[in-house]
Amino acid sequence: MSDILDILASAGLWAAVLRIATPLIFATLGALLCERAGVLNLGIEGIMTFGAMIGWFAVWNGADLWTGLFVAALSGMVFGALHAALTVTLGLSQHVSGLGVTLFASSFSYYLFRLLVPVEGTPPKIIPFQPLHIPVLSDLPFLGQAVFTQTAPTWLAIVLALALAFTLFRTPLGLAIRMTGENPHAAESQGINPMVIRYGAVIAGSALMAMGGAFLTLSAFDSFIPTMVQGRGWICIALVVFASWRPGRALAGALLFAFFDAFQLRLQTVMGGALPYQLFLMVPFVLSILALAVMARRARVPQALMQPYRRGER
Amino acid sequence: MSETVLDISQVSKRFGATLANDTISLSLERGEIIALLGENGAGKTTLMSMLFGHYTPDSGHISVMGRVLPPGRPKAAIRAGIGMVHQHFSLAPNLSVLENVMTGTESLWRPWSDRAKGRARLMEISARFGLKVSPDARLGDLSVGEQQRVEILKALYNDAKILVLDEPTAVLTNVEAEHMFGNLKDMARQGLSIIFISHKLDEVMATADRIVVLRGGRVVAERRAVETSKAELAGLMVGREVKRPLREPATPGAVVLEAKAVTLREGGVERLKAVDFHLRAGEVLGIIGVSGNGQAALARLTGGLARRSAGEITLFGQPVGDLSVREVVGAGIGRIPEDRNHDGVIGEMAIWENGVLERLPEFTRGGLVDRKAGMEFARRIIEGFDVRGGTPASRIRLLSGGNMQKLILGRNLIEHPKILIAAQPARGLDEGAVAAVHERILAARRAGTAVLLISEDLDEVMALADRIQAITGGRLSPPVRPEGINARQLGLMMAGEWGAAEHAV
Repeated sequence: MSDILDILASAGLWAAVLRIATPLIFATLGALLCERAGVLNLGIEGIMTFGAMIGWFAVWNGADLWTGLFVAALSGMVFGALHAALTVTLGLSQHVSGLGVTLFASSFSYYLFRLLVPVEGTPPKIIPFQPLHIPVLSDLPFLGQAVFTQTAPTWLAIVLALALAFTLFRTPLGLAIRMTGENPHAAESQGINPMVIRYGAVIAGSALMAMGGAFLTLSAFDSFIPTMVQGRGWICIALVVFASWRPGRALAGALLFAFFDAFQLRLQTVMGGALPYQLFLMVPFVLSILALAVMARRARVPQALMQPYRRGER
Repeated sequence: MSETVLDISQVSKRFGATLANDTISLSLERGEIIALLGENGAGKTTLMSMLFGHYTPDSGHISVMGRVLPPGRPKAAIRAGIGMVHQHFSLAPNLSVLENVMTGTESLWRPWSDRAKGRARLMEISARFGLKVSPDARLGDLSVGEQQRVEILKALYNDAKILVLDEPTAVLTNVEAEHMFGNLKDMARQGLSIIFISHKLDEVMATADRIVVLRGGRVVAERRAVETSKAELAGLMVGREVKRPLREPATPGAVVLEAKAVTLREGGVERLKAVDFHLRAGEVLGIIGVSGNGQAALARLTGGLARRSAGEITLFGQPVGDLSVREVVGAGIGRIPEDRNHDGVIGEMAIWENGVLERLPEFTRGGLVDRKAGMEFARRIIEGFDVRGGTPASRIRLLSGGNMQKLILGRNLIEHPKILIAAQPARGLDEGAVAAVHERILAARRAGTAVLLISEDLDEVMALADRIQAITGGRLSPPVRPEGINARQLGLMMAGEWGAAEHAV
């Protein structure tokens, strides 16, 4: 018991929570934006992988870190445009198209990586984002170590969550996006073009997903490994449901999952002898399923989610 | 002083081989209510879709307040002051009333939405026209009547001067419909011009100033409401004399279905409270009442979809306890559900599949569905019951309401059931289809079928039923004969005043 309290009292745990949560926040916001406009984007896993690769590659080639993040976002927009073309213009199944994008983007990023980067014993490294020193705050006892030791993209992710919440619920554009996800015919009868809204949401959302992936190579770690996204995209799809399609709750959900993850890592080191470590690895996922079961039962799904919109057809 | 706000001039529209609108002209004045009357397929909706810019006319033009409307542009129509209330609402159930109304009314690039202003404007319009709503309610929590009010408010919020309503009462209960028409008259008095599409003679006569009758894509007549009659309009609309069939006297046979003090409790609510009724072979028992008083529960109970909480059900003289759907079908009980699109058919499946679904074991050979026999069965229904607009293999969604209902009737009646449970069988159908459905029900009665007719249409029950019971708050009145009672007394019975039922039989 005292071991567990020690873990909870360590600043390192809380610093890790924010770090682990950051890619999840980016990608969950991206998935949420797509779904609010009525498009499920299962391309997320592949888009994150590609973003991680291309962002890293840009920096490895001499671009600065922010440019790397930007390049990743651009690549996400391209895959988003592909997914939108398949699901919005052609009205194909969003599941199938999304999984196709994931398979394609994951393999393609590995392929490009092999093609562009010479094979060496250890993967090449870049110098990642460094913790941002915030005057006064970072020097606070405990809090300074626990909270204010993050890199700039983490703060960007949190600001983006607030910005997305504001956009969706306080601006005419956000209302148009939500209406498109609920009833595109109603949106159209009020002079909004649901096709344009869906394209925009999928492209912007996919850019966020790719930025989440790029955080892994540009901040959390310093090199690219093809399998490094490790199902984070699928976690984000579940987090969107957990969050009932609300950005604020998505932020909270990502932090909660990251807490479980950071906690189990530390638990392994103190209790690892007694139990197989795979059990600890399961903890965040099991707890996520439980949280999902409790939270998502009353969630209100966007009514037009996964329904292709065809003009003039009801 | 009259002032023309809308002028539709010589408009035609062709879809493939059919001329949906043939040189139609129509004008509307300020403060006037016009009814566009016609059967399904007469071209009413096509005409209104062109007015709203969903379709482009092949020839002719439309002008609003003296200005020609650019064709095929919904936005231009909205800006010109035309508001459309569709039959299927264009609303989002998960958004609030205010959000539904405000969508698309501000520039999309405004940095924030001025909700306070939107709310004030909505409340002002709501007060001016007496259309009460609470702006923060979630739309999906509202009743259908309230949702329609939101649709109307949405149009008014967009500064509509001309309101077009496509079959506004198709989804409303009678009470809601009366309320809505009251509102429309108020709005017309305040200078709004209104066009509503309908095929119901009663509401057209009661509400419209002027009635334009469409048939086969042409305007066949225009009458002032004060100068015409229901009979004349019915003739004009159908193009021939339509007579609803009348029940001839008959002697009912043995009691086939009897309920004694049956109570049905669902989710803690008593939907049926100790109801008694019996049904004889070769008679129609009408259950009249305002919807929402237990009719749905009664239909579910007799159709095998609900379990009684207390009381006794007897089928052909034998106590049966609770019925399952399979037992109900096996016992020869046919069912016509109240909501045919939701409970009656599966829209995306073929007509033949819908035909055989509830008797699948009969159409199974060696564990496989006998497609050929199913198609043949569907063909027999289509021929025998005059179902138009589809082949056995076409999706049932493509049939009109009337033809879909004929198919459901045929599926039940073709095997001569002993009992038919018909819930609102003619709801939403046009005059010709209503007559056809009534004719079929009476034919079944002649053939010895016992019919339980659940309806909120007084005329229908008076015309078809041998005995009538009113349902209010889950309780059934004693039965009365239609001969000894008038519509007013029946209305009182529906309101729970059972004094009129003293001539109980």
